[in-house]
Amino acid sequence: MNILKKIMTAIRGGTRELGESIVDSQGTRIFEQEIEDAQESLKKAKHDLTQVMAKEMQASRKVESISAEIEKNEGYVADALAKKEESLALEIATKVAELEQDKALQVDAQQSYEKHIEKLKSMMEKAERQLKDYERQLTMVKTTENVQKATAAITDNFGTTDSTLMSAKESLDRIRKKQEDFDDRNLAAEQLDAENSGKNLSDKMKQAGIGDTQSAAEAVLARLKAKAKKKA
Amino acid sequence: MNIQDYAIRISQNRTREGFTFDCQTINGEVEVLQIEINGMNGFPIFLTKTQNQIICIVYLWSEDEVKSEKRTQMLEMMLDTSISIPLSAYARVGNRFVLYGALSVNSNLDKVIEEVVTLNENAIDVVTAMEDFLK
Repeated sequence: MNILKKIMTAIRGGTRELGESIVDSQGTRIFEQEIEDAQESLKKAKHDLTQVMAKEMQASRKVESISAEIEKNEGYVADALAKKEESLALEIATKVAELEQDKALQVDAQQSYEKHIEKLKSMMEKAERQLKDYERQLTMVKTTENVQKATAAITDNFGTTDSTLMSAKESLDRIRKKQEDFDDRNLAAEQLDAENSGKNLSDKMKQAGIGDTQSAAEAVLARLKAKAKKKA
Repeated sequence: MNIQDYAIRISQNRTREGFTFDCQTINGEVEVLQIEINGMNGFPIFLTKTQNQIICIVYLWSEDEVKSEKRTQMLEMMLDTSISIPLSAYARVGNRFVLYGALSVNSNLDKVIEEVVTLNENAIDVVTAMEDFLK
């Protein structure tokens, strides 16, 4: 089941009323049941796996100990032959043959356990993937529902408290107005700063007799006097 | 953390840039946290939580605010620019276009706050840039 497809069908079919659940709750419950089942089978597979792994280890230990036994007895056969004890050598060799049969059985068992382990592991991986997928799809349903319900709660809230969810233009105007106020305030502050520092400087210069120390009126008078002198 | 915990912890937080937050819970079928950034012009951000995700949403504009003759152009522009917008993506909920960011529920508070601040900045840019498409 592709949940996104279901969501799309629901939206196309006009089930986009806010708060209305996109996938019927029955569908969600089935999903949750599937997730639970997958989790359960995963748990069982894990339990089986540990048992089979234990058996495999036991078989492998047996193979080792029988192999050691065989090696030891083969040594005895050689010793008996060296001492020309033919019948004793045959007796020990018979034991070795029995041990070898035993070993073959244990090796078979060990191999079949190994195969079983491999199978269980791949089953578990498959279940994990399935589980992840179910969870991901359930997330889609739940998220869709949640966001729709959240939107409904928000619109309801704004409807009752009268602090309307503003239109984008209104918001933009408000933001711009605030920004302008902020800019204006900044500009005013900067100008004030500039004026203050400029005034301070010219005051200091005047006191020190540096720069243009004449007043504006004096300057105009001097200029006009010079002009009159030229004409005359 | 539930929505109340987020409300408390976000209200107490002050970012390195000096942002502080005003939080208000909205009760409904699901709990929503309304977050406003003090001293920053912008949009209220709505935070809601699901089992695996924290979703932060800004409501941009509704279908009836869109100039009908420019609607397709607007939608294409949204698709074309969505990936460029850091941490946020476009969506539509009901008849409202939204900008949203989704985080894992395991995200720490700093990540959630980063999302909230970025989302607000993105929303201002988006509305300013998309103004021509709106009535």
